[in-house]
Amino acid sequence: MDYRRLFSESAAALKPSGIRKFFSLAAEMKDVISLGVGEPDYKTPWIIRKAGIDSLDRGNTWYTANAGLSALQVEITRYLSRRFSLVYEPSQVLVTVGGSEAIDLTIRAFVNPGDEVLLPEPCFVAYSAIVQLCGGVPVPIVTKEEDEFRLTPQALKAAITEKSKLLIFPFPNNPTGGVMRREHLLEIEAALKGTDIMLLSDEIYAELTYGGEKHVSIASISDDMKARTIVVNGFSKAYAMTGWRLGYCVAPAPVMDVLFKIHQYAIMCAPTTSQYAAIEALKHCDREIGDMAADYDRRRRLIVAGLNDIGLRCFSPGGAFYVFPSIRSTGMGSLEFCEKLLESKRVAVVPGDAFGACGEGFVRICYAYSTEHIIEALSRIGEFVREIKKRA
Amino acid sequence: MLDLLKLLEENARYTVPELAAMLGTSESEVKAALAACEKSGVIRGYKAIIDWDRTERDYVSARIELKVTPKRDRGFEELAEQIARFPEVQSVYLMSGGYDLALTIVGENFKDIASFVAYRLAPMDSVLSTATHFVLRRYKDRGAMLVEPGRDERSVML
Repeated sequence: MDYRRLFSESAAALKPSGIRKFFSLAAEMKDVISLGVGEPDYKTPWIIRKAGIDSLDRGNTWYTANAGLSALQVEITRYLSRRFSLVYEPSQVLVTVGGSEAIDLTIRAFVNPGDEVLLPEPCFVAYSAIVQLCGGVPVPIVTKEEDEFRLTPQALKAAITEKSKLLIFPFPNNPTGGVMRREHLLEIEAALKGTDIMLLSDEIYAELTYGGEKHVSIASISDDMKARTIVVNGFSKAYAMTGWRLGYCVAPAPVMDVLFKIHQYAIMCAPTTSQYAAIEALKHCDREIGDMAADYDRRRRLIVAGLNDIGLRCFSPGGAFYVFPSIRSTGMGSLEFCEKLLESKRVAVVPGDAFGACGEGFVRICYAYSTEHIIEALSRIGEFVREIKKRA
Repeated sequence: MLDLLKLLEENARYTVPELAAMLGTSESEVKAALAACEKSGVIRGYKAIIDWDRTERDYVSARIELKVTPKRDRGFEELAEQIARFPEVQSVYLMSGGYDLALTIVGENFKDIASFVAYRLAPMDSVLSTATHFVLRRYKDRGAMLVEPGRDERSVML
């Protein structure tokens, strides 16, 4: 069969991830220190795991209601109001298969072929792919190191056209660690005035912000922003629950009706065991997530100081668990740097351009690893950079 | 200060620059705090955690529970301090519950421990009884896992 002529055009046109080869290579090598993952090194706190086990013990193995267990919807509204001053009704909560499903639903709910989706880059790789599957046009907006990788109102305004339908708002950001503070959100609000542009605010890293300032959701700053925004969040990063595949979104009621329809047909409901576990997480784990965040903060400071000492300029990120140092001082491109670092020092990091063309010249380093692991990796990266500079 | 101590308890070999970076403070402040803690006796030493079972050294350890008669005025202090002076004794704790003092002691073999109990401990004035428990295997010691860590099963996701 010649499958190629059978595939949908949009699926066939999707580009496979360019760095898959690089990481298969890394996986085959021995003694590789990886800083490549995108998830916590913690196991899910025991009381959450126990709640999942208990639900299996009781035989809670059926589908839940499409939108999720009502007790979980209620706990999510309490959590959002307690942590981020976001006020929603339980009926405005949709429990999804990871934050990823909520992203998929939102893009599918709004994007017609030809619609433009504004995408601050570098960013998580899924947005652009889903937009393309819907026939939409991703419009990258470059965020810059000198702006601490924030979306600026000038850059946003310059990218807006009549076709702009949706703005992806991925902060705290993977891969840069950039965050938007309240004053920056107000500027974005002003830039959007008079448009009908909707926002997908991906707040999956909301619990992981550093330097004493808590994450502010753009949906919390005004009624206008709340009316435009679908807030996506989940349990993966804050509660170290990636494998449970559980997330959620909250949205204005008319938007929720449409998200719900797609979810109902495509997914039916999120995993039942995970939903029971998540209720426990929201009720009893504020302290655990605070402790994990404090630990990430120590590692963040360690790795930022270490990279800057080595001579890889690294802005101090305000959120998530990544740093995004510039590797331009080595004279290499991102992929070349990563390949040579892997080959000669057995350290795996991710080329920045995997997250959008403007990530060229940077690498993403995850610090969700033990401090011993980080110290060893820094020492190997240090040797590598010194050797290059000696040769140059 | 407490954060510094917690980090050192986790790993005493963190360097001053590493500690300063993690705590968001300066190297000179870390040095000053360390000096103060050492001087005041808050920090009592920096030692490696060694899994002797992985070496050729013969090594046996035991926990000994002691029931004793407290001395007038000095309670348990005098005896506890006397026992603590023996180099083979690694820890001495005063306990609540069914006995009074708990010791851990180490030696090369069963005989070492037996003769310590018979010739050093039992004859002491206020020792009423001893119960000796040999350690069969150590899984975790002073917070360090002595069994093989699991492999990192995470995959690369962007």
